[in-house]
Amino acid sequence: MSKLLDLAAMIGRAVFGAFRLTGHIFLFGLEGMSHLVRPPVYGRQFLRAFLDIGYYSLPVVALTAIFTGMVLALQSATGLSRFNAESAVANLVVISITRELGPVLAALMVAGRVGAAMAAELGTMRVTDQIDALSTLSTNPMKYLVAPRLLGGLLALPLLVVVADILGVLGGFVIASVKLGYNAEVYLTNTVNFVQTDDVVSGLVKAAVFGFLVTLMGCYHGYNSRGGAQGVGTATTYAVVSASVLILAFDYMITELFFAR
Amino acid sequence: MSDAPAVVPKIRIRGLCKAFGDKVVLDGIDLDVAPRTSMVVIGGSGTGKSVLLKCVLGLLEPDAGSIEIDGRDVLRMERGEAEAVRARIGMLFQNGALFDSLPVWENVAFGLLAQHKVERHEARGRAEEVLAQVGLGPSVGDLWPAELSGGMQKRVALARAIAYQPDTLFFDEPTTGLDPIMGAVIDNLIVDCVKRLGSTAVAITHDMASARRIGDRAAMINKGRIVWEGPATALMDSGNEVVDQFTHGRHEGPIQMELRR
Repeated sequence: MSKLLDLAAMIGRAVFGAFRLTGHIFLFGLEGMSHLVRPPVYGRQFLRAFLDIGYYSLPVVALTAIFTGMVLALQSATGLSRFNAESAVANLVVISITRELGPVLAALMVAGRVGAAMAAELGTMRVTDQIDALSTLSTNPMKYLVAPRLLGGLLALPLLVVVADILGVLGGFVIASVKLGYNAEVYLTNTVNFVQTDDVVSGLVKAAVFGFLVTLMGCYHGYNSRGGAQGVGTATTYAVVSASVLILAFDYMITELFFAR
Repeated sequence: MSDAPAVVPKIRIRGLCKAFGDKVVLDGIDLDVAPRTSMVVIGGSGTGKSVLLKCVLGLLEPDAGSIEIDGRDVLRMERGEAEAVRARIGMLFQNGALFDSLPVWENVAFGLLAQHKVERHEARGRAEEVLAQVGLGPSVGDLWPAELSGGMQKRVALARAIAYQPDTLFFDEPTTGLDPIMGAVIDNLIVDCVKRLGSTAVAITHDMASARRIGDRAAMINKGRIVWEGPATALMDSGNEVVDQFTHGRHEGPIQMELRR
């Protein structure tokens, strides 16, 4: 009986801990966003975050999108041929890329590249007293460090996803027309005719949400890191893992919102 | 406490308590710092010296007690008002806490840019002036904190603390990690800056030579309380058992180090 109670207590503690953590993260994000509408606004910090997330992530996101489009065209051509539906390759590639793979893969790449870097930077600032130093210099660390990064993620990822969408479709087009022998003009016409505004918009909405989540996780875990180098390492791991899981969970929820009719 | 000055203290701390979980760090601290004097707080590692400074700076919230600056209790002020009072305090952190993402001159000018909204070129000029006051040339302004030696980092951190001419200066272990000569250089710079600005200074240290060089008065903290206060010149001959054991570095005495065997 006592073992059963211990087990129940352990589960209870874990559940309450999860709720507490969710509450902390929610309030952290809310405070960070609230600083965006209260002066002063740190434009240089925003620009730096925006460039770091958007511009410097372009190569990795571009490569991921191109190869994903290529693989998608190859896989769908062989899979659809079983149903004599090879003509749907263009449709499948464009809808998969714009609705799902563009935003999800771009966000996962950014989580690995930018989320980890943010957690490491803020974590190092925390354990070396740089965040305390900001406070002593009349600068609110949430306003200076967190708010610009959240806004940067929110705005930069949709732009990255536009690039990923274009390059993903281009990758599929190249494989379909060069390797699989599809008529290039027909493939492009199919792509353009099939894709709808909702497909692109849902992908961009997902991108904005994912961008916010990646930067939120990076900032939250970095800002609250403790215990020197090991603490910074742990914060970095948590930032990437939690952002990745949240990206997939929110992907489902947003898909449900847009398309479950 | 019988030597307490008759004038209204610049900083007056009464009954300050702070605990982290079960561990009581500050257990009713009473301390007065007279205007335009230098107070050195000594004490062993983990006795709460840094926590005391962080409570005054608003980086930690005390559990009980009062902290008056210029006769007004900052713990009972509106947040904005308390921030304005604390904005007049400059802080030199133990490890410098320089912002490693900014060049030296921006580190020095950070408070000026944050508080006074001066133009960047003007801030740059002011940063070079302050760097000169701590014995560093203008070319150092373009270096990054990681490119500086420990002594130079301390000097830059001192320049940052004095750049916006605060009326109170806090120094957390200013000579830790420096060789004795560089320690003396930093101490002399501190004394010089405090005198030139006409500031009130509070330094925490366990370096006795540094304590005697910097301080007009000294106080010893042990087990979360101030156990002695007097002129800094009397540190080595205080007549207090606890102070004598600490200042002479004796193994035997009332201070028992907690060692696990």
